[in-house]
Amino acid sequence: MSSLAARVDSDAQLARLLQIGVVLEEVVEVRAHRHYQSLPEAERDADIEALLSDASEESAEHRERLEAVIDDLDADSIPFDEVEALVAESYGQTGPEDFDGVLYDQLHGEETAYKFYDDLVDAIEASEDAEFSVDRGELLATLTDIREAEAAGVEAVADLMQAEEPSDDDGATEDSEEADST
Amino acid sequence: MNTADQYLKTIFLVEELNDGPAATGELADRLGVSPASVNEMIGKLEERGLVTHEKYKGATVTDDGEARARDALQTYCILERFLANVLDVDDYRAEARQLEPVIDETVADRLDMIIDREPQCPDCFDADADACGYLVEEEAVEAND
Repeated sequence: MSSLAARVDSDAQLARLLQIGVVLEEVVEVRAHRHYQSLPEAERDADIEALLSDASEESAEHRERLEAVIDDLDADSIPFDEVEALVAESYGQTGPEDFDGVLYDQLHGEETAYKFYDDLVDAIEASEDAEFSVDRGELLATLTDIREAEAAGVEAVADLMQAEEPSDDDGATEDSEEADST
Repeated sequence: MNTADQYLKTIFLVEELNDGPAATGELADRLGVSPASVNEMIGKLEERGLVTHEKYKGATVTDDGEARARDALQTYCILERFLANVLDVDDYRAEARQLEPVIDETVADRLDMIIDREPQCPDCFDADADACGYLVEEEAVEAND
């Protein structure tokens, strides 16, 4: 079943996966920025503004690091300008309308990115005999570093979501637990 | 996409093509693995209630197996369309097959937000051509131009 296992065997394949990573980062970057802009005044606060602004900056930084690796690989380039325009266009039209929706979408974006880098690191580690034009150790260090940043991003959004939960919910849960235990 | 889902998707497609059970040999050819590997995985999928297997005939997905196969096929379609329409990859079939094991369903769902996929997906998948039916049509139009 070896050919069905997750592996990365060539520069071209690695470059393609990193290009997918660039698009995922672009998506997070654009969505974080646009979502905040689209929130009604009453739904905005300093915490969510800081979180979305950090997320957008971090995604831009990840994207640049991935692009630097792609540049060093022996692989065909892709029309990134067109991809960028397409992502912006797709996200310009739709999006969550309230605070919860924005945070949930952000959480989902960070979780997806984490899963992507986690699978990619596993696949590269499983392909021990594959040779790339970039240093394997440095490649894995870069991807692991980005993966950890995504994990921290997930935690930051989850913490903010928890902090923003109405305190009434706690009372309701306790009441129902009491009711269940009797 | 994990190995089990890649098998379920392939069994489902071969069943569609043959209008009957998917034979071990054909699955081995399509998946590029040995018949022994296919038999081993079919045994595991059978234990999980996702396929039934009839000796000398082949494997058939159960209702649960079909649901998972269709999800896996949809993920695969997203990958093909993303490669072909967003990244402009000519040999999107070969690349989708290579990348499929590394791309999770959640990642494909995110990529799906920027591709113009048809609502009837994955029913429009062309099992014979092993590609999204709309991409096959686009290729035919380009070839005629």
